[in-house]
Amino acid sequence: MAQKTIRQALHEALAQEMRRDPRVVVIGEDVAGGAGTGGGRDAAGGVLGVTKGLITEFGEDRVIDTPITESAIMGMAAGSAVSGLRPVAELMFSDFLGVCFDQIYNQAAKFRYMFGGKARTPLVIRTMIGAGRSAAAQHSQSPYGIFTSVPGLKVVIPSNAYDAKGLLIQAIRDDDPVIFCEHKLMYDLKTEVPDEAYTVPFGEANIVRDGDDVTIVAFARMVHYAAAAAETLAREGIDCELIDPRTTSPLDADTILDSVARTGRLVVVDEATPRCSMAADIAALVAEHAFGVLKAPIRRVTAPHTPVPFAPGLEKLYIPDSDRIAAVVREAQGYAR
Amino acid sequence: MSITPITMPKWGLTMTEGKVVQWLKPQGGAFAKGEELLEIETSKITNVLEAEEDGTLTRIVAPEDTTLPIGALLAVVAPETTPAAEVDAFIAGFVVPEPSEETMAEAEAGPRTVDIGGRSLRYLERGAGVPVVMLHGFGADLNTWMFTQPALADRHRTIALELPGHGGSTKDVGAGTLDALADAVEAALATLDIDRAHLIGHSMGGAVAAAVAARRPDRAATLTLIAPAGLGPEINATFIDGFVRATRRKDAEAVLRLLVRDPALVSRTMVEDMLRNKRIDGATAALETIAHAWFPGGHQAVDITASVAGLAMAVQLIWGADDRIVPETHALAARVPVHVVEHAGHLPHMEKAGAVNDLIRRFIAA
Amino acid sequence: MQLNREALLKAYRDMVTIRRFEERVQDEFSKGNIPGFVHLYAGQEASAVGVCSHLGPDDHIASTHRGHGHSIAKGCDVVGMMLELFGRKGGLCGGKGGSMHIADLDHGMLGANGIVGGGPPLVIGAALTAKTLRNSNVAVSFTGDGGSNQGTTFEAMNMAVVLKLPAIFVFENNGYGEYTGAEYAVGSRDIAGRAAGFGMPAVRVDGDDFFAVHDAMREATERARAGGGPSAIEVSTCRFYGHHSGDAQLYRVKDEVRKLREEHDCLKNFRRRVTDARLLEAGDLDAVDAEVAALIDQAVAAALAAPPPEPETLMTDVYVSY
Repeated sequence: MAQKTIRQALHEALAQEMRRDPRVVVIGEDVAGGAGTGGGRDAAGGVLGVTKGLITEFGEDRVIDTPITESAIMGMAAGSAVSGLRPVAELMFSDFLGVCFDQIYNQAAKFRYMFGGKARTPLVIRTMIGAGRSAAAQHSQSPYGIFTSVPGLKVVIPSNAYDAKGLLIQAIRDDDPVIFCEHKLMYDLKTEVPDEAYTVPFGEANIVRDGDDVTIVAFARMVHYAAAAAETLAREGIDCELIDPRTTSPLDADTILDSVARTGRLVVVDEATPRCSMAADIAALVAEHAFGVLKAPIRRVTAPHTPVPFAPGLEKLYIPDSDRIAAVVREAQGYAR
Repeated sequence: MSITPITMPKWGLTMTEGKVVQWLKPQGGAFAKGEELLEIETSKITNVLEAEEDGTLTRIVAPEDTTLPIGALLAVVAPETTPAAEVDAFIAGFVVPEPSEETMAEAEAGPRTVDIGGRSLRYLERGAGVPVVMLHGFGADLNTWMFTQPALADRHRTIALELPGHGGSTKDVGAGTLDALADAVEAALATLDIDRAHLIGHSMGGAVAAAVAARRPDRAATLTLIAPAGLGPEINATFIDGFVRATRRKDAEAVLRLLVRDPALVSRTMVEDMLRNKRIDGATAALETIAHAWFPGGHQAVDITASVAGLAMAVQLIWGADDRIVPETHALAARVPVHVVEHAGHLPHMEKAGAVNDLIRRFIAA
Repeated sequence: MQLNREALLKAYRDMVTIRRFEERVQDEFSKGNIPGFVHLYAGQEASAVGVCSHLGPDDHIASTHRGHGHSIAKGCDVVGMMLELFGRKGGLCGGKGGSMHIADLDHGMLGANGIVGGGPPLVIGAALTAKTLRNSNVAVSFTGDGGSNQGTTFEAMNMAVVLKLPAIFVFENNGYGEYTGAEYAVGSRDIAGRAAGFGMPAVRVDGDDFFAVHDAMREATERARAGGGPSAIEVSTCRFYGHHSGDAQLYRVKDEVRKLREEHDCLKNFRRRVTDARLLEAGDLDAVDAEVAALIDQAVAAALAAPPPEPETLMTDVYVSY
């Protein structure tokens, strides 16, 4: 077993599944790159290099470069999934859901129900989320809450390389449409990743850290900020239990509720905007099912209800950080009626 | 007698720090060798540190609930007549030793793999000397020896070998039978140039070790069987089935708790490690194959009583008094010396590591 | 005309089935037996049947909100369809899809579609499956003149050309997108020409003439199956009913529909052609008419008798596993 980055873990998952199953294809803009240029194929390998080299092994019939037409990409992926392939389509930036949402929201997500249970749509949509690169309002959002709100879609948000590989393999083998969110600032994060293929089940949260004082639920990059905050707080005598749901649909409500039953305090940390969000959803879950055990109001640490700003200073203010998380946890811990 | 420190131990490959959970002896209290001094929690497991000699817990330095690196000073043991100022000076002057280059190199080396005819088995090697080979039980991996291997590695070349279907080893288990597993072990030992070794086997690994010893008696110096399979028909089918089936944390935890007397010993990381092993492609199918070959219909199909009775080398049995997987009464069938470890379940080598390590060291040395 | 007697009878049976099905749906809708809204295909039968007569069960089609005709032509069970429209247990989609989402993947029918322009991207997906698995299947998207204006349709056509997919884009130009004329909404007034602009062979055919559609589709299908890439067919056709059942059709001039029924009825056309050419006797066709009438009666009786879906099916089949 070796230390691998999230980028390597995802690449390995794709390559191993493509070797295992000839029905697995990769579809998207520049997944190989270089088509129709003097430079030749595989010039890109995905904008952040995840699919680099796949075309060499699997050829252009299975690593399919497309025009920049997201509706056609998503629809083609959905149509091929329902007719016998297991496509992994790339929606380069999740912000681009705006130009192709119908194919995901009205088509792929609803086939099975609308068609009375006859459809299987083993479709994976890999997409980048997250702010922090001054990519501004149309390339920095984290809209997993929108996807999670759609019945029929599964939504995966890995926070480390081990989970990324196991969850992507699970997603490819899953018979339902899966939105697989990759935080664009996390591709170089390393952890131990087995060389073999393995799956991480959906709907089972990872307990990143045990603690009895405050439950923190965080997603993607916020898991790492929350872990840093928890370290600081531990030195102050506040023991945080940090939960990374890993998938928001299905959501492991039991792990969150079990934890809050012990701690009586909940802080949800979410890089997305706060309205109608995962943070709101989990707050509602706990308010509804664990009101009686709460020792303090549920708190949310999120981006503000604004588009993502461009200027680095403004963007830094936009993204929740460890200090903000720690401050809110302290307030929750110190709350007195 | 002089002032001696009690320091944070290193348990297992990945431990870098430990948390003092609870002192089990009061400051100023006397203790005898083997008595439990304190509970330490690592990311893998919570365990007790036992006294290596008789003494008095002169000064507790590490309060409960603090996390400290390996080698950090936890307490001071000194003769009763030692002046307090000397104890203070000892504490003030204590320096956490830097890990030796050798330890660092070993830690970096980590487990390796050995090829046996196209299949690979993972093993962890530590130390030098007369070889000791350790074989884990059903569903386990080399981490089961995290307390045993360090205690033997100072005098022996220790090899914790993972059986086919387990840990980082091949998921190709063939028929999964006793012979299939023993073949794999023999092949691995040959490739690793181990002509003769002390064999230690736990549970299913105990039966495999006995089979290897029976096949080539010249190659087994001694045989230590810890709660071995194969000495009677009973087996906890709930454990076997549950282990094979579990995919979720809660189910895995419930299964692992059957292994130990004190359920608090089962840490979240132990559960996570079990699930990570099981998530590898082919792992669950491999366990199913083995379970079917060894424990069909909830009973043990493997019988090693005859081969154990016929062994010429020294054989010892170690069994936890509260074993809920394989009943301790099976020990009678083997007709060899039995050491029953009190307050331990199916994992006496982890639950009462100090006592079991002593038993093994003395047995091997004799 | 290279069709044998059996093929001609099947084509006629499918077209009549669609016509009688739609007429009956209109009746039953008026009686209040069918919830929601229905969009009727009557008048356009030659298109669906002319196209689908070249397809096998492993070829795929995707349809529009006006999907009953395509479903029948592709082999979907008529009784199951009627149950579905009535929202009953045993319907083709268990009563969870209704008229606008009639689908049957067992017959390669990827669904009627509530979204104009929703189908073409899905069709290139089915075509991609065929290309990847090298099974020489084809996939056909039915789109109206309205859907021909959608960006999704353009994207799908471009992708099909770029990837040389075995996809066929059939544009049924019935002159209206909802209550607005194609004359107004289709800027170039030339859907086939626009498709050709994407780089694929495209033809316009007379939708009153089953044989014209059939011939054009033969060429397109042969090309696609042989790896020659996509084609487009614009079918000029007409809609005998409104956009939906109950549409007052205030946008249509007086007698327009009466004239269409008299002069542009593809069924009458077919009957005349085959009997004039002595390929079939009137009696053969009458027998089919009677057979179909009985089938439709049986379908409606079954639908009226069927219970509603079980309440617990509300929660089933959202996911394969969750």
